[in-house]
Amino acid sequence: MRLNVIKTYKLYVGGKFIRSESGYTIERHSKDGEFLGHACKGSRKDLRDAVKAARSAQAGWAGKTAYNRGQILYRIGEMLEARSEEFAELMHAESGASLEECLKEVETAVDRCVYYAGWTDKLDSVIGTVNPVAGPFFGFSVPEPTGVVGIVADPSTALIGMLSQVLPVISTGNTCVVLPADDYPLTASEFGEILSTSDVPGGVVNILGGVQEPLNPHLAKHMDVNAISLSNAAADTEDLYVSEGAENLKRIRSGEADWMQPDAHSLSEIQKFVETKSVWHPVEA
Amino acid sequence: MANLQEKPTSSSRPKLNFGSKWDYAPAPESTAVVDIAPEYGQFIAGEFVPPSSGQTFETINPATEEVLSRVARGCQADVDKAVTAARAAYEGTWSKISAPDRGKYLYRIARLIQDRSREFAVLESMDGGKPIKESRDVDIPLVAQHFFYHAGWADKLEYAFPNQTVSSLGVAGQIIPWNFPLLMAAWKIAPALACGNTVVLKPAETTPLTALLLAKVIQEADLPPGVVNVVTGDGEAGAALASHPGLDKVAFTGSTEVGKAIRRSAKTRNVTLELGGKAANIIFEDAPIDQAVEGIINGIYFNQGHVCCAGSRLLVQESVHDEVVQKLSDRIATLRVGDPLDKNTDIGAINSREQYDRICSLVEAGKAEGAEFHQSDVPVPGKGFFFAPAYFTGVAQSHRIAQEEIFGPVLSIMTFRTPDEAVAKANNTKYGLSAGIWTDKGSRIFKMLSKMNAGVVWANTFNKFDPSSPFGGYKESGWGREGGAQGLGAYLEVK
Repeated sequence: MRLNVIKTYKLYVGGKFIRSESGYTIERHSKDGEFLGHACKGSRKDLRDAVKAARSAQAGWAGKTAYNRGQILYRIGEMLEARSEEFAELMHAESGASLEECLKEVETAVDRCVYYAGWTDKLDSVIGTVNPVAGPFFGFSVPEPTGVVGIVADPSTALIGMLSQVLPVISTGNTCVVLPADDYPLTASEFGEILSTSDVPGGVVNILGGVQEPLNPHLAKHMDVNAISLSNAAADTEDLYVSEGAENLKRIRSGEADWMQPDAHSLSEIQKFVETKSVWHPVEA
Repeated sequence: MANLQEKPTSSSRPKLNFGSKWDYAPAPESTAVVDIAPEYGQFIAGEFVPPSSGQTFETINPATEEVLSRVARGCQADVDKAVTAARAAYEGTWSKISAPDRGKYLYRIARLIQDRSREFAVLESMDGGKPIKESRDVDIPLVAQHFFYHAGWADKLEYAFPNQTVSSLGVAGQIIPWNFPLLMAAWKIAPALACGNTVVLKPAETTPLTALLLAKVIQEADLPPGVVNVVTGDGEAGAALASHPGLDKVAFTGSTEVGKAIRRSAKTRNVTLELGGKAANIIFEDAPIDQAVEGIINGIYFNQGHVCCAGSRLLVQESVHDEVVQKLSDRIATLRVGDPLDKNTDIGAINSREQYDRICSLVEAGKAEGAEFHQSDVPVPGKGFFFAPAYFTGVAQSHRIAQEEIFGPVLSIMTFRTPDEAVAKANNTKYGLSAGIWTDKGSRIFKMLSKMNAGVVWANTFNKFDPSSPFGGYKESGWGREGGAQGLGAYLEVK
């Protein structure tokens, strides 16, 4: 019998798969006790590096055409669909949920990619406005990305929660740093592989790994993070982000959600991570 | 291309002198139209009631330092009463009346404000110090328009949020600043009511009178008692309101520092904040310079510079720096500083002694850090708080006067060479409220405006406001918008 090759799971930062600078890892086993691999344990330094990567990538990503971003989001769905069985197997091993349930979760994730891919070049038409100001001026308002978003991944799901948080954020040109759920670091790392083969520019989505709790205060306090996405988070986690995040007025998305529902997606998820810019120009008399 | 024409310099031609050579006969607006009571209570559940503590405080005219009236000093007990009244009104009447009727009440208020517009304007200038030509021609007309605009939204809210359902939030606590006292009250109350909420408003300590007159108008409009409540007072009342557990919404306009504290202390997570700014006003060499200079004047000296979105950092392309500064220097010599009620006054009184001191201390910091200070030598009254228009040249990015809000008639001038440098300097601030761009080149306007991290961008104009144009900040200038369809989101639950 052939000896199989076990994958080394890594962090995904700035478009590269890297080990944590801390050198720490967490041993991961399936529910049956089978060894799955080591998850890198992201450190504070990794977090800072990831924010830097996200900030560097933000203007370029926001500067792409909406059509281009839409195609790239769709491409994430294509990659996920192509690898759905492989993905479901890893999720099955990591979460203990049945293979059938895991496959269903991947399919829902693919459909979510398709949904948000379609929003990129429609958002401005739907929520942008021409403002009928009472004077000789032409005025309009457009949505713009908020900037760098910290995503504290949904703790209750391996893939669909995290993906449902990431997609609306990046659809408009934000970039993000993801703290994966404590129970699913390998699935998160694997998702990095999907992104790296989907034409998503390096740094647009950065995925750490390990344990959320020690990184939460540092993400909450980071002055170059503009917004935070929480999902099904503990009340004290939300309190932490609200009080520490106030220092640079981080916008915060929170709340409970059942991301497996086919319609657990919406325009309002996108709107939580955009700013409105209003523009005025005189009209010649 | 190099400009071969010789540029005028201050040494090559005589200095223009307007301040002391041209006399203007006084043209004061009459105060007969206002009737200021010696003392005011709080407006709670449709009645003016004395403060629980029995304490009052003086509100003065900053142009004369004379006491105008005594106003209730609200405390926790007053805030409790007001929130209870607002809750009762929300549950008892306001959430039950039809949307078109909500709109009709707001239309009524708009019309009543128009009826009493001169009274409001004079009172605003007396209590706050702004020139009558601004309160009369800018503030009060915008107040009426704001109510009129939002009146029409009351029965059309679902059009603002396609394919989503909207519902009112409940009781909103609203805390407003002293720079546009009545206008900020309108920005807060009109959308809140249109969206079906009831409110407790806390006007600024130094400018409570027009909010109390508005309360009287609201009485005249026969708005159900408790739908709008006004609690006057200082920071204590503001803090009690912001952290009140009975609120479903907190809205604040004011300093970034207080905004952060409010975010932390609010019991509700639904908080919108409109905070400070340090806007870049960017002048390219191809801009129509004379118009740009008017834009600079309007950007920084409008309302004594007490404007969160003021164009307080001037970024001038190096090639036109000397020309722009010369023209600015000539122009500010013509600005008249003095009696806010005089129809010729361009720059009125600084709102309070506290603010005057703050301006002076930042000016001293600017000088100490090495920037060069220039100030108009226009005569200023001996009494009251007045500060002649001024600007700094040779300002570095790191100077406090380039980073902190002076909130007074003091401009910080810096230069740039390329558009990219202008973008980098403009965005080099924790704030992100507004920006100005002056150029004749259309494609450059669009490039620049897309790169500004700012909620409002004025191209070839500055400091323009309209209820249909959403206003609010990026970054530490706050979150949420006021005005437009977008602004309704602050007062609705959208699903």
